Order: sequence, then C-alpha cells, then structure tokens
Amino acid sequence: MKENSSMEPVEHENDGYYHSLRRNILLTIIIVSITPMILVSASILYQFNVSYGEKIEAHLKTLVKKHKQNINSFLKEKSSDIGSLAKTFSFGEMSDESFLKDSLTVLQEEYDPVFVDLGVINSRGVQVAYAGPFNLREAVYSSAEWFRKAMETNKVYVSDVFLGIRGLPHFIVAVKDNWNGEPWILRATTDFARFNDLVENIRIGETGFAFILNREGEFQTKPLHNIIPTKEPYAGFLRNEANLKGKITLIERTDATGIKNIYVAAFLKGGEWLLVYQQRASDAFTDLRNAFKVTLVIILLGSIGIMSMAYVLSKKMVSRIAKMDKEKQMMSSQMVETGKLAAIGELAAGIAHEMNNPVAIMVEESGWIEDLLSEEDLKESENLEEFNRALRQINTQGKRCKEITHKLLSFARKTDSRVQDIQINELLREVASLSEQRAKYSNIVISTSLDENLPYTKVSESELQQVFLNLINNSLDAMEKTGGNINIATQIVNGMDGRDLIIRIEDDGCGIPKANLSKIFDPFFTTKPVGKGTGLGLSICYGIIKKMGGSIEARSVIDGGTTFVVKLPLPKLEKENS
Amino acid sequence: MPMANVLLVDDEVPFVEAMSRRLKKRDINVLTSFNGFEALGVLEEDRSVEVVILDVKMPGMDGIETLGEIRKKFPLVEVIMLTGHATVETGIEGMKLGAFDYLMKPCDMDVLIDKLKEAVAKKRKHEEKIIEARVKEITTRRA
Repeated sequence: MKENSSMEPVEHENDGYYHSLRRNILLTIIIVSITPMILVSASILYQFNVSYGEKIEAHLKTLVKKHKQNINSFLKEKSSDIGSLAKTFSFGEMSDESFLKDSLTVLQEEYDPVFVDLGVINSRGVQVAYAGPFNLREAVYSSAEWFRKAMETNKVYVSDVFLGIRGLPHFIVAVKDNWNGEPWILRATTDFARFNDLVENIRIGETGFAFILNREGEFQTKPLHNIIPTKEPYAGFLRNEANLKGKITLIERTDATGIKNIYVAAFLKGGEWLLVYQQRASDAFTDLRNAFKVTLVIILLGSIGIMSMAYVLSKKMVSRIAKMDKEKQMMSSQMVETGKLAAIGELAAGIAHEMNNPVAIMVEESGWIEDLLSEEDLKESENLEEFNRALRQINTQGKRCKEITHKLLSFARKTDSRVQDIQINELLREVASLSEQRAKYSNIVISTSLDENLPYTKVSESELQQVFLNLINNSLDAMEKTGGNINIATQIVNGMDGRDLIIRIEDDGCGIPKANLSKIFDPFFTTKPVGKGTGLGLSICYGIIKKMGGSIEARSVIDGGTTFVVKLPLPKLEKENS
Repeated sequence: MPMANVLLVDDEVPFVEAMSRRLKKRDINVLTSFNGFEALGVLEEDRSVEVVILDVKMPGMDGIETLGEIRKKFPLVEVIMLTGHATVETGIEGMKLGAFDYLMKPCDMDVLIDKLKEAVAKKRKHEEKIIEARVKEITTRRA
C-alpha cells in the first residue's frame, strides 16, 4: 500500500503568504502598541520638563530674592549702626581714641564682630583717631576714592571691596557729619569673611554658588575656587541694568567649554552691585535628567516586551491561521469528494435502473422461447438440448446483470450521511462484492472472516462505506500489478471503556515505508503520481472514524503487507439489554 | 376457469407483451395496461381481475400511488409489486399500503407463478368468507 506527500508543496506555496502575514501582524502590533507608549511618555516628559523648569526657575529666583533682601538688610543695618554712632556722638568725642575703642567694642559685642575697625577722618582726609587691629592712625585718605565719594554724598556710603592700605579685601561703611561747620567722616571697615559668608552660603547641588560683582564687573565676594565664571553673562546683565532694575532675571548660557549654565541675577545696593547665582544646567536639572533616564529605560524595556510579545503572538496567530486554512482546504476538498461520490451514486442509480428494464425484457423473452420449445412439435428437434442450454445461459447472465444493477443501486442509496442502525458485516460484504470485479482483474482474492454475532451499530452507512471502499481500493492499488490477498475481518473485543468493534482490512502487498507510515493520515499526503491521488482518502477516513468516536491505525511491514485497524465503540451491554 | 385473472401493469411494452404471453401459456387470463390510470380503468370495467402485477417505477402515476388507489377502490384485488430496484424500503412501503408481496425484476417465472397462486388463493378465500357471511346473514334473517 503506498501513499505519498503532496502536502509540502502546498506549504511551500503558502510560505510567502504566511511570512508576510506574520510580518504584517508583527508590525501592526508593534506600531499600535509602541506609538501610543512613546507619545504618552513624550507628552508626560514634555509636561514634566516644562513644569520642572518652571519650578527650578521659581526656586532659584526665590533663593536669589531672599539673599538679595538679606544682603541689602545687612548693608542697611551696618550703615545705620555707624550712622547712629556718628549722629549720637560729636567729632570731638569720637576723636578720643579710647572712646572710639569703647564704641568699637560695644558694636562688636552688641551686634556682630563684623566691624573690624573704626576711624574718624577730618575734612582733609586725615584719620585723626583709629580703633582696630591695624596701625592706621594719621593715615591720609584724601586721595582715596571712597573718601571722595563719601564726602560727596550726604548719606551713608558703602564702598566696593578693595585691598586698600592694609592689603586685605574689605569694604568701608562711611558716614559724613558736620562738627563746627567742618565735615568729618566716621568710617568702619567690615570683615570681608563674614560678608563673604552671606553669599558663599548660597549653595545648591554640586555646582550652584553665588557671588557679587560691582558695576565694573569686579568680584565683590570670592567665587568658588574651582569654577572660573565667564564674564560675558554678567556683562550682559550689567548692560541691561535699566531693564533689570528691581527684577530677578534668569538666563541660560553655554560657556566656552561647552557647559550650559544657569545664571540668576539681581541688583543690590541701589544698583551698584550685582548678586549672581550660577549653577550648571545639568546639575540644576539632575532630577529631570534622571526622570529622562528612567523614562528611556521604561520605554526600552516596554518596547522589548512589546516586541517579544508581538513576535510570540504573531507566530501563534499565523500558525493558528495556517492550521485553520488547512482544515478549511481539507473540508472543502472533502466536500468535493463527497459531492463526487454522490454524483457517481446518482449516475449509477440511473444507469442501473435503465439497464434493469431491458435485462428484464431479455429474460422474459428467453423464458418465452423456453416456453415455446417445450411445445410438443419441437420436442423432437435434435438441437433442443442446445437451445435449452443457450436459454439457461441467457437466464443466468440476466440474473448476473440483475445482481450488478442491484449492487449499484444499493451503493447509490447509501450516499446520505444519516446515522442509522446498520449491520456492519452486510456493509462489508457489499463493499467486498463491489470491489470483487476489479480484484479479479488484478489477480487479487478478497476474503472475509466476519464475526456473525455483531450487533447493529449506529453509524452513517454511506460514510462507513466510503471508509471501507477507500481502504480496500488502497490495497487494490498497492497490489494491482503483483496480485495478492485481501482479508476483511470483524471481531468484538472488550476494551477499557467497554466493547469495541474491530474491523481489520489486511493485505499482503508491498507495505508502507516507516517514514511514510506516520504521515498517511495527513491531508494531501500521497505517493501516487500527480493527478492520480488527492491525498485525501485516508485523511477523510480518519476524520469520519474520529467523528464516530472510533480510531483508525495502520500497521505495516515492508514486503509483508499492511493492516488497517478500525475500532468503533459499541453501546454498553446493559444499555443494549435494556 | 383459468388459474387466475391477472392485470399486468408496466410502462415497458415489450416486457408486458413477453410476460403476458408466458402467463397466458400457463393458463392465466392476462389483461394489460401501460400506466396507473389505464390500470384503474381496466379494473373498473372488468371486475374479474383477481391479481394485479404492478411495476413500481412508471411515468405519471407510479406504482405506489396506483396501489393506493387500487386498495381504496378495489379492496379485494390482490397486488404483487414488481420493481426494478427492489429495496427493503419500497417493499415495506408497498406492504404497508396493502400489497400482497413484491418481486424483483427480472423475476423468476416459477416464483411469480407461486406468488400468483398464493395471491389468488387468498383472494378467493377472502371472497368465499364474504359469501359465507352474507349467506349466514340472509339465513339468519329468514329464520
């Protein structure tokens, strides 16, 4: 028995289709899933970026504003300390150095040791009295800028930071007053370190720091030693002084080294000093950058997840579609086969009926001749016996024709698939006798060994007939040239789940190679030449038997023959008895 | 008296002719018709018909329909169905409608004659019983 494969070419034809289907599904899933994820993430990130930027800006501005107020009040406070001292005591009193020392001590104790020294300077710029750690009595300041400016103003004058005679950075708070019509100045020097602290304390993150510049762009406080500020942004602030007055401004600039910095600036001391806070943008926006990183990681992981899911899903979907397509193809082929069988049945029925009538007439006419021959005057004829023999032969052949047409009619009758009680032995005998003619020409003997005690079985007669015809035809095909034997056997066995009816169709043909044995029930598997076999016969048989709740299997030995074993479940005995 | 009075109904003229010749040869009185309508007409005209040999497959009114009409109109006439495709179903259907028996075409003459004899005997017995019943009825009335 031979079967072979035409299934692979079908698969190859569809490979491209399924490949592109899979690719399309994969792309669709990826696009549909990843696009919204990216859009949502980007939109959230954008919103976060904007609000975080605003928050940082607001925070830095508040910080600068607060410190601006602090520094302004520090300067104001120190100015009023010195101012009230000058107003309270006269030039004469203040010129007394011991009094001056006492005043300095009181100031330092009462407020803060921010004042380093005190000095009284007459209208010629000579320091007439001095209290402090340096030896500056009789020092002449007439040419010092601060002295000039202090003499010009009626208010308290606060100088820029300068090194002066002592060679240390400091700034001066000077108050001008009159004594006996002569102007004099009470001067106090502030501790630079203390003032510097006010600004240096403004530290945020790793790179945030603050400093003060004067109008010429000179540092009034000490910037961080490891950062060399770029002058350009401060120059820009200073140029735009008119616009910036009273405001706190933030700008972002990239310096010569490519580092992006944030600058927040506010004017102090009535526009004379500029408080600048500087921080690297990357440092200020660390949280934002971290959020970016986390989002990127989430998008990346999400994308990997989606892609793997899309890969698995598309693979599963396509394999399911392919399976369904194959089933559909098989079903439609099965329907074509069934339709073909029904058409053949109808044709056979028509031919059989049409043939039956002329055969009946022939038989009747031969009978009539027989009747006439029996008449007395012909009894003497020497050929009478020969006539009778010929007539008997006509009669016998007529009966043979009758049998053939009846078989054909009986076959045609069974093309409906209704389930009914049938005697499987009878069905097998009919199928065997239908195949007998063909078997005879191929020198094949069909024998039966049937268990005569088979109960009626509830199955579709036409479907079962199709199964057995198919199995016998396969055996006949396999032994067409060599001849051989086919045995059809039935038997009842007691299985695990009750009684089973076993039908064996056994031949002694060439057998099925082991490699093919596992494929013979696959649809479109055939070893017959192109156009000869559809590869559906056994797969249809398999489907029919499975539908009936049974099983079909093939056992084969090369050159030893093949046995198809069909197992059909029988109703339980108790049920049958009741 | 002939062995039987038979009406042979079949649409195949040569078959009807051959069979009627053979039946006549066996001392059977044979009337013929070639369709159901014609057969009902013959039965109407000739009340001597005892058995109808009726083909199942005929154009127009088929054998089963004709059988129904015969049973309705001539209940005492026996019918033997003759069919080209003798199936258990057609046989059972015919028997249900009151056919005496059914035979497959082409049929063996001896078997047909046997069946005819049985049918005639049944019919005659049936008639005898009817006559007996009537005689009994008349006698009872007179008494």
